[in-house]
Amino acid sequence: MKIRIKFKKYGVMKFIGHLDVMRFFQKAIRRADIDIKYSEGFSPHQIMSFAAPLGVGIESMGEYLDIEVNSLTSTEAMKTALNAVMVEGISVVSVKVLPDTVKNAMASVAAAEYQISCQKERTSDITDVIEIEDIERKLAEFYAQEHIFVVKKTKKGTAEIDLKPHIYKLEMIEAVNPFSEISEDIKSESITRVISMLVDASSSGNIKPKMVLEAFYKYCGIALPTIPWQIIRIETYTEADGKDGKAFVPLEAVGTDQ
Amino acid sequence: MIKKQALSDEILMQVEKPARYIGNEVNSVIKNKEEIDIRFCMCFPDVYEIGMSHLGIQILYSMFNSFEDVWCERVYSPWTDLDKILREKQIPLFALESQDPIKSMDFLGITLQYEMCYTNILQILDLSQIPLLAKDRSETDPIVIGGGPCSYNPEPIADFFDLFYIGEGETQYRKLLDIYKENRKAGGSRLNFLQQASQVPGIYVPVFYEEEYQDDGTVKGRKKLYDKAPDTILKEVVMNVSDTFYPTKPIVPYMQVTQDRVVLEIQRGCIRGCRFCQAGQLYRPVRERDVDVLKKYALEMLENTGHEEISLSSLSSSDYSALNELLEFLMQECGKKHINISLPSLRIDAFSLDVMSKVQDVKKSSLTFAPEAGTQRLRDVINKGLTEALILEGAALAFQGGWTRVKLYFMLGLPTETEEDILGIGELSNKIAAVFFDTVPKDKRINGKVQIVTSTSFFIPKPFTPFQWAKMCTREEFLEKAYQTKKGIMAQLNQKSIKYNWHEADVSVIEGILARGDRKLAKVILRAYEKGCMFDAWSEYFHNDIWLSCFEECGIDPDFYTVRERMEDEIFPWDFIDCGVTKEFLLREWKKALEGKTSPNCRSQCQGCGAGRFGGGICLSTSAQAENKVGVSL
Repeated sequence: MKIRIKFKKYGVMKFIGHLDVMRFFQKAIRRADIDIKYSEGFSPHQIMSFAAPLGVGIESMGEYLDIEVNSLTSTEAMKTALNAVMVEGISVVSVKVLPDTVKNAMASVAAAEYQISCQKERTSDITDVIEIEDIERKLAEFYAQEHIFVVKKTKKGTAEIDLKPHIYKLEMIEAVNPFSEISEDIKSESITRVISMLVDASSSGNIKPKMVLEAFYKYCGIALPTIPWQIIRIETYTEADGKDGKAFVPLEAVGTDQ
Repeated sequence: MIKKQALSDEILMQVEKPARYIGNEVNSVIKNKEEIDIRFCMCFPDVYEIGMSHLGIQILYSMFNSFEDVWCERVYSPWTDLDKILREKQIPLFALESQDPIKSMDFLGITLQYEMCYTNILQILDLSQIPLLAKDRSETDPIVIGGGPCSYNPEPIADFFDLFYIGEGETQYRKLLDIYKENRKAGGSRLNFLQQASQVPGIYVPVFYEEEYQDDGTVKGRKKLYDKAPDTILKEVVMNVSDTFYPTKPIVPYMQVTQDRVVLEIQRGCIRGCRFCQAGQLYRPVRERDVDVLKKYALEMLENTGHEEISLSSLSSSDYSALNELLEFLMQECGKKHINISLPSLRIDAFSLDVMSKVQDVKKSSLTFAPEAGTQRLRDVINKGLTEALILEGAALAFQGGWTRVKLYFMLGLPTETEEDILGIGELSNKIAAVFFDTVPKDKRINGKVQIVTSTSFFIPKPFTPFQWAKMCTREEFLEKAYQTKKGIMAQLNQKSIKYNWHEADVSVIEGILARGDRKLAKVILRAYEKGCMFDAWSEYFHNDIWLSCFEECGIDPDFYTVRERMEDEIFPWDFIDCGVTKEFLLREWKKALEGKTSPNCRSQCQGCGAGRFGGGICLSTSAQAENKVGVSL
């Protein structure tokens, strides 16, 4: 039976890299006594697939992994069991049973939505140079371009790619930091202006939010800040058939409670 | 609530592995500061991955946190990248759990596992903004405690510590903490506390003593500066190891650490009495844990950690009397749960090979023998009860079982070593390769060949061993011996099957100086630290030239500590510590070694080492023998 687990990653846990998060879940699944399936062979391993690796330093509201189990009491019971063995900074949001026909988490990913904050109090930020209103205008101009060429490092050297077709949405919105209630680090709960983007996250055309930001900074003609941006991945999407043809739906939407 | 971190996001993004500094691991303990009387920080003065793999700290961490009035946290050496940032920005070093500065704690306990971490002790103190010398500390600074194997000769680092806890931590810490609390309540000073602490068994307060020297630089005696301070410090031992603290909820790190598995300590001490081995003397008497208790611990720890591997820990696991029962239990339980068993070095025989073939992939794993010396004569000198016949038999069994890789460990520079012993290393390696070609028919040879990896380390005489009187080789002698070993191996018929590795000589020499050093060395260690030495145990950070220049600047001759043979009646800097084993016994063993005579192990015949006075462990079962036979064995 295929299971899809959605989890949040925030606070200090944003410094735990992808491989360590995988190891964390392998151990957590044993602690929670989940009846997970193991592969065959001399050194069997848990059957587990993560959707889209999250860069170190980025928080997320919508991370996913798929596992296969031999038995299941209920999706709610599994969620409770997993949350009992989590740490501060990783919590399970939902557990869904997948139809057998669904591709695994990694192969399913089509897009990801990010929110990038422009907080005044950070030591060096884009808002030091440009006023918020200007950012909104510049961002619209930047996105209205026909092509957004960037130079990407590849195995063979560098290649020029066009980001434009891989950026599905780019705008400034008003939002609340989703983690403001659970972190001492976040000073205000008030609504702030953030850059929101929906970008390609499929294995063939994955775009990191940082690439878009770098291109935007270059477009504005200002130097890159030495510090990391505060980036939150809001959701990871797959493509599904909707009323009006193909549409992006959260990865959890293709599963059901049981 | 997510805690405020001691380091900003900017810093954490800059350093190589931020997971080393954020704490928040599964089973790490968070307590409410308001309900706590004593803040204790445990430190392993090396990088996180090494320190987190140490069982001793996990034991003490769980013991301290089982006390309601104590919150025990951890700190490790910040790696060189963060070290630089902390100094530049003057950020005080902090504990992982609370992220609070170390300097705000009541105690800082530092475990001393190897001599080459001594400069890292100073790094920890310095970054914590605690004065490096105990005598410079104020009433508000934490009490700095040392413990672990190197505390058995604390003198080279005595100036940096307020006190040392000699022996096993399970017994006296509660008493020490109670004294601390009472003293504070009564408005007593730091000095008042140290005076009272000096009356606790196993506690050594260095500031109450002065080392006095003869004209030739050897120790003349010790002057007491506080008349109630004891003359000798007897080590502490837990006699009932089945009924004491055990970390059944060990901390599970996020990043891959050296020991990324459940560790089950099956016994303490070792019956063998190899004459070069310090642990074999320090941890006497041998005390086994009850097998039923171990089974219970194993299951609980696997459940509480989710680890996919379990390993047994002891100095000589094959000597644990219920090993078969324990391994069979683990194989059955772990098989069900897809958990691997990682076996410690077991004596190679039919039983251990059978177990290994069940839990390891024979094709991928290798077998380890530690003959330590190349000839039977020298193995008798060091009392290594492993004969060539046993090694070759074990190897033949292993090759029949499908193993093709063998690791061999030897030491160079052992007392009485001759050219023949050095050549013996190559010869023994060659014989093992020959056994492969003799036992495995051509058509059954996987990959067609056998791989022997022969490694040598340089012998370093350690306190509280029969070899504490021995002369250590110079750097040049060591390198010549390694060269002779290599030549000896190259001359063998099967030399193509043998790979040879040797340890670095420079660092061995410094380790040898510190191991048998006295208080005069504190200024050299301090100087080395001031000149940038840190992480000396990491070859890329070890600077021999700086160390040598520090000896010169301080007017100290390193050869005094290493190449000099000690007189039988010399007073050693560590003689005031009583580890249970008597100096008379060690001297008897030293003389027997020079005569090439072996001593039987504790289980077959008591040698009257002195550890019998603890009244337990293996000594109980052999004490009657001791009284009858010890006279004879003299």
